[in-house]
Amino acid sequence: MMKLTHTLVALSALLAASPTLAQEITVWDWKSGDPVAAAYFDQAKSAFEAAHPGATINYVFQPNDQYYTLLGTALSSGAGPDVFLMNGGAQAKARIEALVDLTAEGADLIGTEEFAGDDGKLYALPLTLQGFVVYYNKGRYTEASLDAENPPTTWAELEAACEAIKAKGAVPCFALGNKEGYGAEFFLSSVAATSLTAQEQADWTAGKLKWSSPQIKAILQAWVDTQANGWYPQGANSTAKFMDEYEMFMRGEAASTIGLLSDVAHWKQFDEFLGADNLGVFRHPSPTIAADKTEGEPKVPVSGGIGYGVNKASANVDLAKAFVAELASPGPIQTFVNIAGVVPANTKVDTSGLASPSIKTILEWLGTSSAPTAHANASAQELEEWHRQSQLLLNGETSVDDAAARLDTVQAEAKPQG
Amino acid sequence: MTTTTTAPMTRKRKPRQGSRAERRFAYLFVLPAVLLVLVFRIIPLIWGFALSFTNSTGLGTADFVGADNYAAIAGDPTFHASLLNTVILLATLPIWIMLPMLLAILIHQGVPGGKLFRAVYFFPAVLSSVIVGSIFNVVLRYDGSLNALLKFFGINAVDWLGTGATALGSLIAVQLWSTFGMSLLIFLAGLSTVPKDMIEAARLEGASLGQTWWHIIIPALRPIIEFVAVVTTIGVLTSMFGLIYVLTAGGPGTATTMPEFLIWLEQGKMNRPGYAAAISMVLFVLMGGLAWLQIRIMNRNANL
Repeated sequence: MMKLTHTLVALSALLAASPTLAQEITVWDWKSGDPVAAAYFDQAKSAFEAAHPGATINYVFQPNDQYYTLLGTALSSGAGPDVFLMNGGAQAKARIEALVDLTAEGADLIGTEEFAGDDGKLYALPLTLQGFVVYYNKGRYTEASLDAENPPTTWAELEAACEAIKAKGAVPCFALGNKEGYGAEFFLSSVAATSLTAQEQADWTAGKLKWSSPQIKAILQAWVDTQANGWYPQGANSTAKFMDEYEMFMRGEAASTIGLLSDVAHWKQFDEFLGADNLGVFRHPSPTIAADKTEGEPKVPVSGGIGYGVNKASANVDLAKAFVAELASPGPIQTFVNIAGVVPANTKVDTSGLASPSIKTILEWLGTSSAPTAHANASAQELEEWHRQSQLLLNGETSVDDAAARLDTVQAEAKPQG
Repeated sequence: MTTTTTAPMTRKRKPRQGSRAERRFAYLFVLPAVLLVLVFRIIPLIWGFALSFTNSTGLGTADFVGADNYAAIAGDPTFHASLLNTVILLATLPIWIMLPMLLAILIHQGVPGGKLFRAVYFFPAVLSSVIVGSIFNVVLRYDGSLNALLKFFGINAVDWLGTGATALGSLIAVQLWSTFGMSLLIFLAGLSTVPKDMIEAARLEGASLGQTWWHIIIPALRPIIEFVAVVTTIGVLTSMFGLIYVLTAGGPGTATTMPEFLIWLEQGKMNRPGYAAAISMVLFVLMGGLAWLQIRIMNRNANL
């Protein structure tokens, strides 16, 4: 008996003293396969693996358009990754049940509301800030006898600009891809930023502001009117926004496009194709102005862009948390900013090196003109139905009233009001 | 014929003695297949059935909600649209059967270059639906090659995949193009069993080509036609997913949303595996009914 006890003690001492067994952290995203972002991912991986001997980071790159379907399937079958990337807002909030609390890791970050639960805790660490602005091709504006240095600030000016570009007849005013309904998402948020008051945005998020309310119906009507007025190219419903729409803009085949602040389809990518001096940027005006906003001062929808969370079911939660903190830390994010031109969520990152005129203007607006991103605060069900209805509206296959009524039903189901 | 029937008859009596060990041995052979069916078909089916009565989000715990999901399906316009699309798809079934049959008969009757046609028609069947989808994305998009061709003839361009009126038709046409080669081969195999002397006799009797087809070839092909009908129905109901995924993502609106695509959407993107399971169950019952009908038709034919 004594011998057995000795053996057991010796064995447990040996186990305790042995180096940590190899641990693999699986990370899912739709970005790590992007060559532009490669240096960022490599830096985070090597820094983490050096600091944690025995740990291996395994990035798994998933296709963007079906990412959430794949993720949902994996999570529900218990085969989810340790760490996964999410868009801020509805997509992140729908998965809070599967995530661990990261509040302690999120000290220096902004754009965190989109990744927070109703309990106020932070469930994913944002890497970037995301938002929508209108990028325009100055050459196309000049060609249509427009002042390329003074882009539209009001709806009337935007209408006049599009009318001039249409009259010139060379290219459509806006590039548009709505095959997956993203074109309609971007439009909704861009207009709502200026047409909704802060209170209405909050009501919208809570599901109290209906799609059939005059405020939202005005946006739906603007979507239909802009199509009727010939702002967009034909075939938008069969054009993918990523990247057919943006390639069209980068080839100079459209005068403007609603683009992003970070990741892709943003100032850096457009600078490279159109030239930094030929690329202009303006805030999307709205046909209606909210009571707390000023005509001529449109707002930019800005929110926490993308962020990593840790799967509650992970076998290595602590290690995964440490890696997510590494992914959001100033070192790798600085690289991300420098190589990919993202707008960082980490306030410790230096953005003074970003020299393009477009990003300088955008960074100024972040301080003065931010508003919530309406579509990111709608439920996933509403967004899916808005994708469908927006296509039908573009085709003239439904009316604004019918679309709003259908969306009301979906909203009421997704966000029941007590 | 006699030898083959007597052989089993004589053997049939023997196994009675000492059959226990043999039977046990036989069960052993059947076991892997039974296990596979049980683990990968029956258990998931029961699991899905149970899931369809919950409000599962696939993440945390799920609560029993009774028939709520089924009630929701009954009032879900997207599901109704997907069923309507399925009915439209099934209504095109005659084309799926007639086209390969006519082409197979022509090849069988020895049109010049028949072997080349056979190879060309079969070729798309070896391509995966994603590749077919990518090819036709280039052809059918608004600035694609089909519209370029139309423009050449002075016809206005059509947004084939982005317009409600043409999207489903385009998808069906692409799927037909990519799969009819398989049916064609089945028909060709069937045609080789049509007695040559009957055709010869008909010809000598002065039957026209149409009469030969109508009175001899097609009746002789009846079992093959029924087989192709069953296989094609199952095929179109379960294999459109890849094309929808690549070409239209279910749109515009719900114009190309099929039940299988809706299930995928609800369980993953919408985080509602419970609801998706309920749709699966409804689809299962519908497909089961359809399959039962078709098997009955095939059985009736086997007894002829």
